[in-house]
Amino acid sequence: MNSSQRRYLFSKGIDQYFTDVYKAYRFVIRFFKEVIHPPFHFKEIINQCFELGLKSLPLITLTGFVTGIVFTKQSRPSLAEFGATSWLPSLISIAIVRALGSLVTGLICAGKVGSSIGAELGSMKVTEQIDAMEVSAINPFKYLVSTRVLACTITIPILGLYCGFVALMGSYFSVHKNEATSIVSFFHNGFSTITFLDIFSSLAKSIVFGFTIGMIGCYKGYNATNGTQGVGKAANQAVVLAMFLVFIEEVVIVQMANWIRDY
Amino acid sequence: MEKQEVKKDQEPIISIKGLYKSFGDKDVLKDINLEISKGENMVVLGRSGSGKSVLIKILVGLLSFDKGTVKVFGKEVDKLSGKDLDALRLRIGFSFQNSALYDSMNVRQNLEFPLTMNKKDVNKGEVKKAVEEVLEAVGLKEKINEMPGDLSGGQRKRIGIARTLILKPEIMLYDEPTSGLDPITSEEINKLINDVQKKYNTTSIIITHDLTCAKETGSRVAMLLDGKFEKIGKFDEVFDPKSSHKDNKEIKSFFDYNFIQ
Repeated sequence: MNSSQRRYLFSKGIDQYFTDVYKAYRFVIRFFKEVIHPPFHFKEIINQCFELGLKSLPLITLTGFVTGIVFTKQSRPSLAEFGATSWLPSLISIAIVRALGSLVTGLICAGKVGSSIGAELGSMKVTEQIDAMEVSAINPFKYLVSTRVLACTITIPILGLYCGFVALMGSYFSVHKNEATSIVSFFHNGFSTITFLDIFSSLAKSIVFGFTIGMIGCYKGYNATNGTQGVGKAANQAVVLAMFLVFIEEVVIVQMANWIRDY
Repeated sequence: MEKQEVKKDQEPIISIKGLYKSFGDKDVLKDINLEISKGENMVVLGRSGSGKSVLIKILVGLLSFDKGTVKVFGKEVDKLSGKDLDALRLRIGFSFQNSALYDSMNVRQNLEFPLTMNKKDVNKGEVKKAVEEVLEAVGLKEKINEMPGDLSGGQRKRIGIARTLILKPEIMLYDEPTSGLDPITSEEINKLINDVQKKYNTTSIIITHDLTCAKETGSRVAMLLDGKFEKIGKFDEVFDPKSSHKDNKEIKSFFDYNFIQ
């Protein structure tokens, strides 16, 4: 069939869009099918938790700490106007636990982990390493994709909790510079306004972020084409799409948490 | 160079009938028919982009095809279940054009990986012995702890072949084994292909555009032009100056180009 005979349902672009959505849907469904069936590559999952999670720790520490300090410094003048600086720990805790801890971690990991997975799998794809696994009767989807997505889903929530803790420590240092507050009273004050739902929704968000980042990175990398240019494109698209979805998910989950809270 | 004799009366180990494959609007393979007997070294010659690699990727189920029948060990490749296809793949070794060594693993790990992933009952001693044996077969025992990035092109090809040999395949598929290599290294790879056939008693398909490689390794040569086999036979028959050069300008230009090179 030559190009002049080719028929499109809508147009080339729209057809391609729906094809891509369907391919992504099948990729996600395949993950759930593969992940529940043996063999389970526990060693590789642990290795990926180390590669993707533990190696992100310094960046998360720095970002979380700076976020805590800056947010406290920016909030202080507004509260000081009303003589309400004693509310600072509560305000900061709510902001960090409900939103900032998981969101900052999600965005940092979308950049660092998403691009790393996209580039690694992309280069494996274009240099036929994935094909080499397949012809050796090794399931590359299970070995490469399932393990990385699981590792992200496990480690990013832990990093999110850690980021929240570090941000609160940063905030404490900032508060401590102006007021003689002990760390115990800072945390006591801060957590007095935090509910189980706040922590639960934050954790749920991080799990969803982790799954999304892992899945997008793997999908883009696994389907990379066109040599080294394709690898760069896969890594770039993995970051952009993961960040976009992280923001969308943040809005949706916050809205859901608010409904539950009101209920 | 010494090549193994082929018994013609045997059942073909690979049988391809009426194979068609296209990518979008482009027809890559058109009515391909080929039978390969046990112990044979079949060379598929052709220009870049002529569909040579597509042909061997179809044999291991990496690519699907549009029409025809492809049988390996008497089994239709496209009709196999995932499990059966994996069982078939364990009997076939595939040496990739760019070796496809796993960059994150050293040579030892590259060689151990297919073995440990497929044979859960092998102990560490057996794995070590198998790794040493295949490294010795390709003559790179001293490179065991090197990373793929530290190896030369020829060494990477050898390690790629060693990685396929560790599963003791009955069929070897070589995708452009000498491309990008200097003549001396190419000569070594050609020798290795013949040695592997003798030592492991394999049947091979060698995809190449290198006439020296075709002449030295092939018991038969199939010339792929415009998605069709133009000529199949012994090297001297395909490149007989009295017939084929006169008949076909493409073969002549292919021969002349390689001769100049």
